Amino acid sequence: MMEFYFELPLWLRLTVQGLAVIAVLFPLAGACSMAERKVSAWIQGRPGPSRAIVPWLAWIPGISLLQKLGVFHFTADGGKMFLKEDVAPGSVNKFYYYLAPLIAVVPALCTVTFVPFGAYWDAATETMKPLVLANVDVSMLAVFAVASLGVYSLILAGWASNSKYPFLGGVRASAQLISYELSMTLSVLPVFLWVNAPGGEGSLSLIHVVNTQAQPGLWGGMWYVFLMPLSAFIFLVALFAETNRQPFDMPESEADLVGGFHTEYGELKWGLFFVAEYAHMFVGSAIFMILFCGGWHPFPWLPLDTLLGWLGGIAPIFLNPVVSGVIAVGIFLAKLIFSIFVFMWVRWTLPRFRYDQVMKLGWQKLLPLSIGNLIFYAVAIAIIERS
Amino acid sequence: MIQPAKPELVTVNIDGQEVEVPKGINVIEAARMVGVDVPHYCYHPKLTIAGNCRMCLIELGMPAVDRATREPIMDEATGKQKINWIPRPQIGCGTNVSPGMHIKTQSDMVKECREGVMEFLLINHPLDCPICDQAGECKLQEQATGYGRGYSRFIEQKNVKPKRTQLGPRVVLDDERCVLCSRCIRFSQEVAKDDVLGFVDRGSYSTLTCYPGKELANNYSLNTVDICPVGALTSTDFRFKMRVWFLKQTNSIDTESSVGANTVVWSREGVIYRITPRQNDEVNDTWMADSGRILYKQVQSDDRLLPAGSLADNLAAASALLKDGGVAVVGSGRSSVEEQFFTARIAKQLEAKSCIVARHGEGDGILVSADRNPNTRGALVTGLITGLPATELTELAADIDAGAVKTVLVVGEDLTAAGLSADQLAKVNIVYLGFHANATSAAAKVSIAGLTVFEKSGTYINQQFRLQKFASAVPGLAGATDDRVVLAQLLAAVGGETTGSDLASVWSALSREISVLDGLAYAQLPDTGLLLDSTAWSGLAFPEGETLHYQPATAEATA
Amino acid sequence: MSFKTVERRPLSLAERTYVPQILSGMKTTFKKMVKPKETLNYPEARPPIPPGYRGVPTLVKDPNGREKCVSCQLCEFVCPPKAIRITPGEIPPDAETAHVEKAPEEFEIDMLRCIYCGLCQEVCPEEAIWLQNVFSVSGYTREEMVNDKKRLYELGGTLPDDHYKWDKKKAAEEAGNPHH
Repeated sequence: MMEFYFELPLWLRLTVQGLAVIAVLFPLAGACSMAERKVSAWIQGRPGPSRAIVPWLAWIPGISLLQKLGVFHFTADGGKMFLKEDVAPGSVNKFYYYLAPLIAVVPALCTVTFVPFGAYWDAATETMKPLVLANVDVSMLAVFAVASLGVYSLILAGWASNSKYPFLGGVRASAQLISYELSMTLSVLPVFLWVNAPGGEGSLSLIHVVNTQAQPGLWGGMWYVFLMPLSAFIFLVALFAETNRQPFDMPESEADLVGGFHTEYGELKWGLFFVAEYAHMFVGSAIFMILFCGGWHPFPWLPLDTLLGWLGGIAPIFLNPVVSGVIAVGIFLAKLIFSIFVFMWVRWTLPRFRYDQVMKLGWQKLLPLSIGNLIFYAVAIAIIERS
Repeated sequence: MIQPAKPELVTVNIDGQEVEVPKGINVIEAARMVGVDVPHYCYHPKLTIAGNCRMCLIELGMPAVDRATREPIMDEATGKQKINWIPRPQIGCGTNVSPGMHIKTQSDMVKECREGVMEFLLINHPLDCPICDQAGECKLQEQATGYGRGYSRFIEQKNVKPKRTQLGPRVVLDDERCVLCSRCIRFSQEVAKDDVLGFVDRGSYSTLTCYPGKELANNYSLNTVDICPVGALTSTDFRFKMRVWFLKQTNSIDTESSVGANTVVWSREGVIYRITPRQNDEVNDTWMADSGRILYKQVQSDDRLLPAGSLADNLAAASALLKDGGVAVVGSGRSSVEEQFFTARIAKQLEAKSCIVARHGEGDGILVSADRNPNTRGALVTGLITGLPATELTELAADIDAGAVKTVLVVGEDLTAAGLSADQLAKVNIVYLGFHANATSAAAKVSIAGLTVFEKSGTYINQQFRLQKFASAVPGLAGATDDRVVLAQLLAAVGGETTGSDLASVWSALSREISVLDGLAYAQLPDTGLLLDSTAWSGLAFPEGETLHYQPATAEATA
Repeated sequence: MSFKTVERRPLSLAERTYVPQILSGMKTTFKKMVKPKETLNYPEARPPIPPGYRGVPTLVKDPNGREKCVSCQLCEFVCPPKAIRITPGEIPPDAETAHVEKAPEEFEIDMLRCIYCGLCQEVCPEEAIWLQNVFSVSGYTREEMVNDKKRLYELGGTLPDDHYKWDKKKAAEEAGNPHH
């Protein structure tokens, strides 16, 4: 099967891969929006959306559980979003107004291709082979580079809407994203300093980072969240800011900006912004899990290979490439879902920062902290490597 | 106008306050003059005094005089003349004031007396207030608020008496509610002169009834309902129709005859529910005839003339007909002074003969006179007519037959009722203005819907040449226009001098052009009317006989 | 007014990082999340209506099925938004309750105007109008939102009576004057 796939022409493979990304991420974004509603409801002591059901499926036993979870709500919401009349305010700059949601969603989906999402047991080499759409050596850089493009969509939406609230939202988005990108990048550097020990072959590959967290020994099996907690913390905070999530959702900030940059947007165009936000969250969470939490490895000091080796001793089926791939992806997805849940949990716990506080935190706290952190680890790594 | 003689004043002391009041009035009236309320049920200022309700008890005292020397006995402590207080309370209604009299209306004894009387009255009074029409204007309710104890000590069974007795065609009696004040009995004897009511049995069995074989059917029976201090006597017409506290009161004038009894029209949200008399001591005291109380039904009667076409079109058509020449004007003794004024001006402008239709009936000597037009005097004053009107329009009939009249402007009258035949009506163009549909409006080329007296404002001049005003109680029929406005516009359309049709500008024209109305303005007219100088018409033989507060001029001359 | 200046305690380093506060906040919300839900699934589950609740005003009958309202119109008078409109009528003399004499011919409460103040219930001398436990009214037209007499009795039903005032009155009438 694999052979058949790899024998396909490149363009067809790319199309299939692209469609797969869309087919996976769009429903996931929908599911996230539903999860967001449910989590907020639970936190607020409500049952949340629990009514919608497809009438001709109501007879299926146990389907009421899905109904209670609001599963049918997100299909209904998605359907509604697609079928709504497409309207645009008369005062907008039409071209850029329609361009903005596309610019939002394209980079968000593109970044997914660089993110490894699992591994499978290759019986031939008796090693784990990573699962990734575009296995490039500079994936970390690529992710940063492409993801940063997303900010243009917010600025463009704010400007093209020709309305003051969206404009303010766009301005805030650009300033905020630039501010936190610095800290974010700086916080990642110690990881790569550690991974690319002097003398060895340098790589910015995310797969490489995952693999270095799954080595034998006390230091080798340790996840970087324990090794570099400050880096992880700075990265996480910056990630919240980068994805415009509470408490950093200044560009939307419905309390003072109505809806922020998407005030003038409706139906599917608005939905695309939504998808982009959740895609960013996904990719961001994935990067965090890969860099600091061992990627698809289940526990610190317990790499997936070892686990599969044990399981393979019990039943050889676990060493099947497909089964092992599913297990790896499952573990990675579980970590991702937990991370997304944390995003929501934080959103419904914390109040929003004031804009000046956001700026102050970014420039006066996080940036010096990440520089200090970088210097500390650079020196420390140098000393350790020397010795 | 003869000034009434200045009444002789006496000084009395009411609740420590020295006041001068006319001699001969009773204590209730004297107290009322200084703003002190003495509660009462049976006393009525226009009836004889019965003194049987005992509610108006007061404390009375006279300055002490030494019997032998006639010298005043002085009180050492205050240095003033000593007052001999009568140890028992006296009734205020039956006690006339005399010089030096001292009256206490608020003392503890007086209050105790009132509370005692109230408790006795309430013992057998049924708890009917929710279904009683008098609720809201009930003296017993009012005094119970002031002097009732708020709960009952009476544990025995209440009296059972006849409820819903039909005393006459218009009056229902509930004997349980009766407080035996006898106002209705005295009214029937003294004012209506129809002595049909009386009490039978004694003590708590006392019951008001009609004399066997008789009924309270005279034309003044509803006044008993008005004066009944409780809900014992109720009007069949008004019974259970509406609670009085919803009703808006508007001052009006009874239009059934030239007596011009003053009335109050009670309406709610554009619907009239009843008409009651309004006190005017120079015209109708506090009474009015039953026949005048049902006139409000004309507002919603079936034979109202409904508006057809726009007013502008109708006026244009009417003025075209009128300007064609050969016009006769038939005004109305039921129109207000203002309307008659405009009618007269239209006649003058068109050089047309004008007349009104007289309407005669038998006067009853009380408040219905022989002249059944409320405003015959107004037609004289405004110059619409110069002599007394006739019931038949023979002159107009002759003119029509002779072909001298091509168009007749009719204001509110039915010409067939005034002696004209249908053939004669067919010979002429008729312009009709009025509120009700009749043979004339049916034959009319142009008919303009007007308003009833309850829907418009204006003035009438009654048999005494008393100028009295009435105000609109309810909004007019949709689409119909105030007759005064229609006539003013018609006058303008036929080329007459344009005057504003609002009351203020009409009255400025009236006071300018009519000498007896000189210096008057509608807004300044008192509610009880204003007597005009009638010497210009003293030679006319008016048909009215003697009624309450009116002596025919001829009778005065022979006396 | 006297007041006391309270010195604001300077924030500790931990507090200035926000982290402990954020964590304690997240602890609170997490606890809340696993607790039983406090809201009701409204149309299916309904809140208990406490006694004395002021819901939709209704007309009631006494246990003998007599309509209690005598159309005294006090409620119409007291109603602050003028939601009540009564057309009074007379009970025909041959009716069983003829001794009550008066009953409403028509009784309308405009629920678009009603403010549920309960003054009508308070003022009613016959205890005929009650604000009962219906709290949700809806309709497609304005006319639908005006409850007429029939609907008001449907909503009101029968309530226990403490007095039987009119039955006592009728009994006294039938017994006649105790003097005789």
